[in-house]
Amino acid sequence: MNPYRVMPGPEHFLPPAAASMGIRLPNPGEGHINGVIVPEEKAYEEAARQFLMAKVPTIFPGPLVLWAWNEKAAKKATAIRHLYETLKECVTPQQHAMLIPMPDYRPKYPKINPEIEINPNHPNLTIWHNKIDCCMFVGVHCHQANLSLKIIRGGTSCYTIAMCAQAGHEDAMLSFRDASVEKIMKLAEWVRKLKGTVQVSQVVSKSGSSN
Amino acid sequence: MSKERIKIAPEFFDIMPPEYQDLVNRATYGKEDRGWKDIGSAKELIEEHSLCAGCPESMAFRYILASLPNPEDTVMVGSTGCTSLVFPHVAVHNIHSLFGNQNAIASGLKRALTVRFPGRIKDVVVLAGDGATVDIGLDMTLQAWFRQEKFTTICFDNELYANTGGQESGLMQKGFVAKMAPVGKMFEKVRLPEIARESGCHYVVNCTVSKPSVVEKVIRNAVHVAREIGPTYLQLYTPCILEIGKNSMEGLQEMRDSEKPTERFAYKEYISEPAKQLLAEIAAKEKEKKAAAKEQLAAQA
Ligand SMILES: Cc1ncc(C[n+]2csc(CCOP(=O)(O)OP(=O)(O)O)c2C)c(N)n1
Ligand code: SF4
Ligand SMILES: [Mg+2]
Repeated sequence: MNPYRVMPGPEHFLPPAAASMGIRLPNPGEGHINGVIVPEEKAYEEAARQFLMAKVPTIFPGPLVLWAWNEKAAKKATAIRHLYETLKECVTPQQHAMLIPMPDYRPKYPKINPEIEINPNHPNLTIWHNKIDCCMFVGVHCHQANLSLKIIRGGTSCYTIAMCAQAGHEDAMLSFRDASVEKIMKLAEWVRKLKGTVQVSQVVSKSGSSN
Repeated sequence: MSKERIKIAPEFFDIMPPEYQDLVNRATYGKEDRGWKDIGSAKELIEEHSLCAGCPESMAFRYILASLPNPEDTVMVGSTGCTSLVFPHVAVHNIHSLFGNQNAIASGLKRALTVRFPGRIKDVVVLAGDGATVDIGLDMTLQAWFRQEKFTTICFDNELYANTGGQESGLMQKGFVAKMAPVGKMFEKVRLPEIARESGCHYVVNCTVSKPSVVEKVIRNAVHVAREIGPTYLQLYTPCILEIGKNSMEGLQEMRDSEKPTERFAYKEYISEPAKQLLAEIAAKEKEKKAAAKEQLAAQA
């Protein structure tokens, strides 16, 4: 039997929780790529490569960093904005880097505006609408991130990265753990380092890059 | 207590949806004399709420949110129904509970907040429909009152199950025919305000939401009494215009018609003795404060 790998979808309507398929979380100093544990350095390189390869690389900051509820959160917000500005500088004119907030976990009725926000209960709407093919979650509480990451894997072909402040996310295709200001800045450095060395993805699916 | 507690990180301010910017910039947190008069210049609820156009529940929501005496330290508990679709649009902490469980959730929450934040005032306010309060949740509603839990229960009484298309509720009037109750209600509207009084509520009001000043007064009284003395109950008529066949401009008139002295929503109030004493003390303090402010103003002039 082939071991399970956490790959871009669409997997199916209800993809299994990666943990139930034997995917385990990285130890400190490690990350995972597609469910395979790797040294953290490798994860930086691959995350930067995925960002630069994507047509619409996007960062989704969640409530833990959107609100300046303590000093640490405020510093992380500065680092995330820096990462986004770096990404914007390093992509080609054909690419479109985005920064879209997840301000609320509550399901919003009658609808969310997928152009300007993402909601964990139907993250696929924002991914489809903006044709996002690579995204990074940061500052999203674990449960909501896992829920969202699974829905994205189930219904889109978007590559997911988790910059997780706890033990990592097995439901993302690539995950860091113990996210800090330093780690976010380091990822920005990697993006700058790989600028111009990565070919933009040519994959076009029938109904947009995110299927 | 102020807006300091709800600051958006400056780096992300520009990308936050405008309703969050508004709720933060134009909310009345920290303002001591906040009330219904702030409506129009401040922000309590976003425009794109999910209720039907003209639904009186949307007015009731605005008046209540504008009148809470301590919004940054208030947690509201909702239940399934038309009201629950509005909660994602408000800038007050809230918990959505399983249909009918709202008063049980609020009991645990209030007790936990008291233990977790000793010395800090934390208000808990339940807001649910009549189906949730009187039918499926009646056990939880009554038990919380029997136990003298210190929180406010607000029932948006639209006299049926609106959100699921118009089924009969305990608070429906006798004889009323709804879309999904074609035979007509066979028994009387449950007299919950009286039951609330007999079950130990210290402040009970039955009224409509036609007058914002009245809603402000009863909300403030109910929250203060619940905070210091024991359970309080407000039954507010918020007619479901969709189900009674009114158009979006007719909600207000419907409420005015139903609050006439002989009608079922004529203003009725019950206040226990300890609650009367407390409200008198609060009124006296407010009077003193106003007089002092007036004196200060005169001295400056
Ligand atoms: C446990 C449970 N039972 C039944 C339902 C279905 N349900 C959803 S809303 C509703 C009626 C709500 O009526 P009410 O409390 O009067 O609120 P309104 O919609 O009228 O404001 C019902 C029965 C549910 N969501 N959960
Ligand atoms: S169904 Fe009735 S109670 Fe619900 S939002 Fe519409 S008018 Fe209001
Ligand atoms: Mg109802």
